[in-house]
Amino acid sequence: MTSADTPPRTLPSTSDNLLIADAGEGTRVEFRGVVKEYGSTRVLHGVDLDIAPGEFVSLLGPSGCGKTTALRVLAGLEKATAGEVRLGGQDVSAVPTNRRDIGMVFQSYSLFPHLRVADNTAFGLRRRGIGKKDAATRAADALELVGLGHLADRFPHQLSGGQQQRVALARALVTEPRVLLLDEPLSALDAKVRVQLRDEIRRIQLRLGITTVFVTHDQEEALAVSDRIAVMNAGRIEQIGTPEDLYLNPATPGVAAFIGVSSVVAGVVEGDVVTVWGVRLPLQAPSEPGPVDVFLRPENLRLADGDAPGMDAIVQESTFLGSFRRTLVRTSDGALVRVQHAATDRVEYAERVRIALSADPVAVRPRERERD
Amino acid sequence: MTTVRTLTGPDQDRVIDPVASEPSAPARRGRPAPDWSWLGLTPFAAYVLLFLALPTVIAVASGLFDGDGAFTFDNLAALGDPVILATFWNSTWVSLLTAVVGAVIGALVCYAMLGLPETGFVRTTVDAASGVLAQFGGVMLAFTMIAAIGTQGVVTKFLRDALGIDIFAGGAWIYALPGLIPAYLVFQVPLMIITFMPALAALRPQWFEAHLTLGGTRSGFWRHIGFPVLAPSFLASLLLLFANAFSSYATAAALASQGSQIVPLQIRTALTSETLLGRENLAGALALGMIVVVAVVMWGYALIQRRTARWQA
Amino acid sequence: MNRLAPSPAARWIIGAVVGLVFVIPFLATFLFTLSSPDGSYSLDRWVALFDPENARRYAPIWTGLANSLVLAGVTVLIVLFLFTPTMVLVALRFPKLRRGFEFLALLPITIPAIVLVVGLAPIYLQIGRTLGTGAWTLAFAYGILVLPFTYRSIQASIDAIDVKTLAEAARTLGAGWVTVLVRVIAPNLRQGLLAASLISVAVVLGEFTIASLLNRQVLQTGLVVINRQDAYAAAVFTLLALAFAFVLLLIIGRAGRAGTGRTPS
Repeated sequence: MTSADTPPRTLPSTSDNLLIADAGEGTRVEFRGVVKEYGSTRVLHGVDLDIAPGEFVSLLGPSGCGKTTALRVLAGLEKATAGEVRLGGQDVSAVPTNRRDIGMVFQSYSLFPHLRVADNTAFGLRRRGIGKKDAATRAADALELVGLGHLADRFPHQLSGGQQQRVALARALVTEPRVLLLDEPLSALDAKVRVQLRDEIRRIQLRLGITTVFVTHDQEEALAVSDRIAVMNAGRIEQIGTPEDLYLNPATPGVAAFIGVSSVVAGVVEGDVVTVWGVRLPLQAPSEPGPVDVFLRPENLRLADGDAPGMDAIVQESTFLGSFRRTLVRTSDGALVRVQHAATDRVEYAERVRIALSADPVAVRPRERERD
Repeated sequence: MTTVRTLTGPDQDRVIDPVASEPSAPARRGRPAPDWSWLGLTPFAAYVLLFLALPTVIAVASGLFDGDGAFTFDNLAALGDPVILATFWNSTWVSLLTAVVGAVIGALVCYAMLGLPETGFVRTTVDAASGVLAQFGGVMLAFTMIAAIGTQGVVTKFLRDALGIDIFAGGAWIYALPGLIPAYLVFQVPLMIITFMPALAALRPQWFEAHLTLGGTRSGFWRHIGFPVLAPSFLASLLLLFANAFSSYATAAALASQGSQIVPLQIRTALTSETLLGRENLAGALALGMIVVVAVVMWGYALIQRRTARWQA
Repeated sequence: MNRLAPSPAARWIIGAVVGLVFVIPFLATFLFTLSSPDGSYSLDRWVALFDPENARRYAPIWTGLANSLVLAGVTVLIVLFLFTPTMVLVALRFPKLRRGFEFLALLPITIPAIVLVVGLAPIYLQIGRTLGTGAWTLAFAYGILVLPFTYRSIQASIDAIDVKTLAEAARTLGAGWVTVLVRVIAPNLRQGLLAASLISVAVVLGEFTIASLLNRQVLQTGLVVINRQDAYAAAVFTLLALAFAFVLLLIIGRAGRAGTGRTPS
């Protein structure tokens, strides 16, 4: 997971206290029937979620699905219209934010501009009455944890986006909160920094054993770092599960479409199989018989010989992705489908190929009759 | 596996829609033509030279020459005259007072408007009204002052007839130096609103929320984050208000048709009467004095602005 | 949802107190203009102003207004045809000069009008000998006065569109420089140009210092003259002028906000 040029970090001895104190003793987080309305608009429809101590759970979904709202209700920055939020078994719905003992990292711009990095980091400790010297030491440790000990004297505007978010992380963690909340902390960063930082966040989280809730719209990010993912849509949780679960067994078409890359083709369900391109495939979940949209993952498809069961197609584009290729083809019945295959199989534009299906179960979504 | 025909040449690994290839740039031929665009700057340069640089130089330099054209320090020495010094002092304390009071009131109004939609009724109205009052016509403001709290003003009469308070019991101060204070405030407060509102609006809600999550309170926020972050902008706006009041001429000219208790009025006197204190070109010396004061203040303003811009980036 | 914001109570208290204090002068002026010799209130004085019989009495105002309008027009011309092309040129060809230009444009704020006029006096003496002593020549000085405000508006517009790319695109499509400026760039600067023009009009109409000390008749000097003979008339004109300026600035504000909406990509 580490990129080659991240220097190995040795923790100063005092930060062992952080590790020993919290490892494995995280706080349980529960959402019980949380509803949030703004005026007459309902943004959260009764969210139920149980997060085990020390677990890393992502709230994943498109913009407007309510994931950030749910996080903010947990933080106390929004008040739930109904339902309750529990930390460590206690109902904290009535507890104001500054007393919930949480650590939060925002999407951007949350560092105080007039304070140096060290003072920013120590801020929470000072507000709790911890003396200057103690606070400074603990802040220094936290900055070492995120690899920025050498930048303690800088001001936020002198740091890059990735560095600022690391400081924000150190600042949130130094007070040893019960829960760590992250609201799309990587969305404003460059792609490469994003990957580095998400791995670091996960590593630190595992070391500290702190319960973490992570909001993102990037499914790849969620799959990479989470113990479990809650996929949200339109104010509801559609599915909660491990990354593998969600990828291989999406419970709803919404989840199937959101996680991973899928192509959609037409099929017909009969009994407990769906027929696609003359091939019968098992269903992941039972479905009503009739015409359906079938979600095919690129790795479920392959380039085959001309007489294999499947479908003829014409190559539109082919992208080299390092260890494999993904080729977009147009089938002879007009569908656009992505196929994953060996990098050494080169194809040409407009070449005729044959696409075959593997026998893995697929997710389907019934077609409405009026649909085109 | 499908047998694949590979393309020869550098495009082997990528099969792209052929229409997408880019045309290369046409080759440059011969020497590049001489660039005459410098000429385009000359009209503006000439204009600024003639109507900004030249007058300024004339204004300040004239203080170094007497009526016959000989170089002299007499005019500058006149700046040390007690009457002139008193004038500078008057200008300074009136400007300082109206700047501080204007800044505080203006900041309060900005705070009251915080969070309101920029295109909503309140802010567009206040912005337009502030623009009018801050930049538009000291003469007219003076007239409204006279109409309101002049010796025959509506408010004066009301206070006298209805409440028995005579605000001019001690003399007609409105036409003297103290009269400038309410008049100046009418344009200082709006100027503060215009200059300070952007700084206040730049306070990020994330700071407040982060502050909460770190265990802070609402009042603690203002103490530890809000005020420290706003302090430079407040100071900068204060300096601007000071410079604005110090430079102001029209309001005072309209209120005090005679007399010259502040520097701009002193310049008027110096310009409209041939000799003052037996020295010609005193106006130039006064102008020099004014420019020095205002330039120092504005330099401080520019310095602070540049630093805070980094925070708000 | 801005949690920094004050409570509605705080808003109302501050707004009411400050608002009241600021409304009073204008309300008082209005009442002042309504008062008639016998103590009752009437609009007689307002009506009298526009009575053709009184035109001679109020001549200073009408001449002053006419001059000010001409001045405003000439100043706007200077802004549109001298400042704007220069700023576009700097944006296209001399980006390094931008900071210097900005300093220059903000310089007039540092040099008070009262100081400037000391140096303008001899210059205008010469201008009087060559171009005559008409009030319109003041526009040259006024251009300098409005430079800071117009610079800000126009530069904001220039920054909002990528002038260089637009010009290059137009050139590759075969446009000559005049076409580029007039048909491609100027229409996209409309908002900033409008704001700059309106603010110039407002500043010119309100200018007193330079006009008065250079002995020209403009709106404000006319007001001062009228005030000596008929304070009530001066008050009426004051209210009218302020109301006019207020409407001008409202238009700028609305046009400015309306124009910043962009269609989402």
